[in-house]
Amino acid sequence: MAAITPEVAGTQEESLQKRKSPFVETVENLRRSWSGKIGFFLIVFHILLALLSPVIVDALPADPFTREAGRNAAPSLQYPFGGDEQGRDVFTRTLLGGRTLLLVTIFGTAIAMTWGSLVGILMGFLGGRIDDIVMRLIDAFLAIPWLLFLLLIVGIVGTDPWIQMLTLGFFYGIPAVRVSRAATLDYVTREFVLSARARGEKKRTVILRELLPNVTDILLVEGAMRWSWMMLAFISLSFLGFGVPPGGGRTDWGLMISLSRKIMALQPWATFGPIIFLSSLIIGINLFADALAKALGLDRSQGAPV
Amino acid sequence: MSEKLVDIRDLTVGYHTKYGRLVHVLRNVNLQIEPGETLGLVGESGCGKSTLGQAMMGFLRSGSKILGGQVKYQGLDMFKLSSKELEGIRGKQIALIPQNAGQSLTPTLRVGKQIMEALDLNAGIKGEEAKERTVELLGQVQLPTPDEMATRYPHELSGGQQQRVAVAMALAGNPDMLVLDEPTTGLDVTTQAHILELLRDVVKEMGTAMMYISHDLGVIARVSDRISVMYAGEKVEDATARQLFKTPSHPYTRGLLESIPRLTLSGIPKSMPGQPPLPGTLPGCHFEPRCQFATDICRQEAPKLESISKTPDDSKKGFGDHLARCHHWEELTKTDFSEELKEVYQDVRKEISTEPAITITDVEISYYRPGFLDNLMGTPHPPATVSGINLTVNRGETVALVGESGSGKSTIVRTVSGLLPAKEGAISFEKFDLTTDVDDRPKELQKRIQMIFQNPDASLNPRHSVDDILDQPLKLYFPDMPQEERDKRKRSLLDRVRLDYRYLTRFPAQMSGGEKQRVAIARAFAAEPEVVLCDEVTSALDVSVQAAVLDLLADLQKEHGTTYIFITHDLAVVRAFADRVAVLYQGRLCEVGTVDEIYSPPFHPYAQMLLGAALEPDPDMEPLLIGGDTPESSPPATGCPFQRRCPVRVGEICDTTMPAWVRPEGSIDHQIRCHIPIPELHAMQTESVAAD
Repeated sequence: MAAITPEVAGTQEESLQKRKSPFVETVENLRRSWSGKIGFFLIVFHILLALLSPVIVDALPADPFTREAGRNAAPSLQYPFGGDEQGRDVFTRTLLGGRTLLLVTIFGTAIAMTWGSLVGILMGFLGGRIDDIVMRLIDAFLAIPWLLFLLLIVGIVGTDPWIQMLTLGFFYGIPAVRVSRAATLDYVTREFVLSARARGEKKRTVILRELLPNVTDILLVEGAMRWSWMMLAFISLSFLGFGVPPGGGRTDWGLMISLSRKIMALQPWATFGPIIFLSSLIIGINLFADALAKALGLDRSQGAPV
Repeated sequence: MSEKLVDIRDLTVGYHTKYGRLVHVLRNVNLQIEPGETLGLVGESGCGKSTLGQAMMGFLRSGSKILGGQVKYQGLDMFKLSSKELEGIRGKQIALIPQNAGQSLTPTLRVGKQIMEALDLNAGIKGEEAKERTVELLGQVQLPTPDEMATRYPHELSGGQQQRVAVAMALAGNPDMLVLDEPTTGLDVTTQAHILELLRDVVKEMGTAMMYISHDLGVIARVSDRISVMYAGEKVEDATARQLFKTPSHPYTRGLLESIPRLTLSGIPKSMPGQPPLPGTLPGCHFEPRCQFATDICRQEAPKLESISKTPDDSKKGFGDHLARCHHWEELTKTDFSEELKEVYQDVRKEISTEPAITITDVEISYYRPGFLDNLMGTPHPPATVSGINLTVNRGETVALVGESGSGKSTIVRTVSGLLPAKEGAISFEKFDLTTDVDDRPKELQKRIQMIFQNPDASLNPRHSVDDILDQPLKLYFPDMPQEERDKRKRSLLDRVRLDYRYLTRFPAQMSGGEKQRVAIARAFAAEPEVVLCDEVTSALDVSVQAAVLDLLADLQKEHGTTYIFITHDLAVVRAFADRVAVLYQGRLCEVGTVDEIYSPPFHPYAQMLLGAALEPDPDMEPLLIGGDTPESSPPATGCPFQRRCPVRVGEICDTTMPAWVRPEGSIDHQIRCHIPIPELHAMQTESVAAD
């Protein structure tokens, strides 16, 4: 009534002519934004690189695992980023350095968002005493300095990528519980949920069919942000020596930065490579998450109450 | 004629869509308001009323622009003024009272402080003087204990009190003109009636002009001197209030008047099909597609706003010609509208079986959950939200639960549907016990009781298409039904609620309010229920749509013999639609009876208060205001629930003893719960009606 509706009338008429699915509309909005395009490009570039780098490195003359470049060698045509402390080629090592990181964080984020959002929606839906208990538990976990805890687990169980995936997936799901619960609380009291319950729908149906589609937007954006934070966590572990173990035919940006940081003042190029690659990936994810939030009509500055 | 306070000439407003198309919102609107005059603006949603109100303040929604014409206030063109000059007018000379006062007050500031700010800004009154003036203003809007009220925060006030504070704030600058945009929508009938009387008094006393925007013709009839009817961004009729309601001369005005349920006439009013088109999209008359009088000329040629009669200068205010924008106004005005109106109402009363469907016995419901400490300390429990409900709903019958907000209507219905537990008592449906949680009920029972909610915007999942929405109950209740059969059912359901099958692919955001409510009704009827619980199903809809929805519900009832429990705060809707009525106050029943019994004396004092406050679309009808409008937040522990607001309380007995049910002589169904003996009550009430 007071919500005067010329706009609504206009959109109604237009929607009759061209009715787009919400998905198509979101993609169109993303394509219109520069940050979305740049972010998307950076993410795809890094994923492709992670997939293809073994082949690329094989084709290159330099070898990442022998000490052929010379200790602390300066950049040259054959070794564009020079050599590290042990004489290994920094450039090829940089190309390979994102593989474990991406593997662990992509699956880790998927695990975190799946369990976190389902538990969050369930708690938001159930409410009452069980919600109280679970949420206090979640708060307790949030209060623990996560890095120490991660170090402890990784220190005890080992640095196998699968273990890291599960550990990070578990810890990063905890804030996701809070976010999805908060998002659910907005919808739980709406009459369509009440109506489904009054019909006698099962809890599972209410959660999956009525609630989940409404919080998906928030969860997508939250997932993208969490992905970049998880990367930072993984890199930190690596930097501290608990990510990818030195040697063993694997390498990692965090580890590389850690090994070369002592001589950073003298030979900055050994750290530049991994730093630039890592930053471009994280900036890409952040740009994309922002553009996604805008494309979905969410405002990240207001939403996401953790 | 005296000098015009407001002079709007040929005002045309529009905006460009994101596809670059120009859409009009207002087209060539002319309006004049004289000092001290109240102009009512009516029309359905999307007819440009609010845009006009905002333009009056020199404000347009972002993206909209003036395409022609001007808005003059005391000779000043509002859209040519600098923002500094506008500041000098807004609040000081023209003040706005919005729909939701609760949202327009700052939650972290005491209301007194907010009024003092308005005084400082708009009247230059500061310090001690401002304090005094604030208390004076709060007294003027009839708030009890103004001194103390000034120290409260907005959330410590009821909706009606917040609206009074908003009025006080608007009056702070001593303006010549008030713009009111649906200021009483969403308030209880009693509160609404009190606020309207307050506005009338204030305006008379201070000589303020008003532009009053509302979709409610009852409200408009009460406050306006003159009324402009808006349709699709155009003014279609303009007349004095009395004239408009006596001889409506545009088919749209007639349609609106015919679609209002009335307290005095039983039966469902006629509905007006369709919705307003976008302004400027038709070559002829914009109302033509919905008009029963339309002929070829209406399609081809847009009618002009013609003067159809001179108004006799019977009052100083509201003088002006009767204008109508219709090719056929002469035909329309030939017949007596008030006589015609009587034939419009279609009586839906039917034979009612005496076989009970739902029996509610001594039900008590409480939201109070004692905490661990409360149990330990033995804290006494507060009185239950709903208590002592005894009600039998017969098969095929419509029982209305009536009361202000907070009277426990929804609570009772939610308990019947199994969403809330009953603390005590029994609810039975055939052999089933309805005090069980909905999840614990057998599927057969779940299917037979369905619920429809108030707001279709909230009751339909925005992420589901109509197809998904209708699929859910079919899948749930008929798990063995093959896909083709379900598809067939969905189409026939849409057909029964008079929607085209092509609506299946639409999402809620792509439908109007009435269409959404039809889908919600179709969803409830997909289960083939025997009992349907309707929670304020029409209160979020336009009047024209409301009539259609009531009509649809009545038809479905006739077809399937459905039993309805119908919650509403609108007494006219009850009169139109219900067979029996239960009046609730603070979760306790006050009066039960058939519609005819409830709407004639003897009344329970509370029922009389409700009926007195209800407004009819008739400028000559005055509401009968009894007692205050201060709502209570919790029921009293002992005695009559209405003790604290009752204007005719007898004494201490009201506070200590719950009155027994008394049956007026000669009635079978009618029961009243009051300590005053029925004959006395009857005599008192027939007297006050006669005096009126």
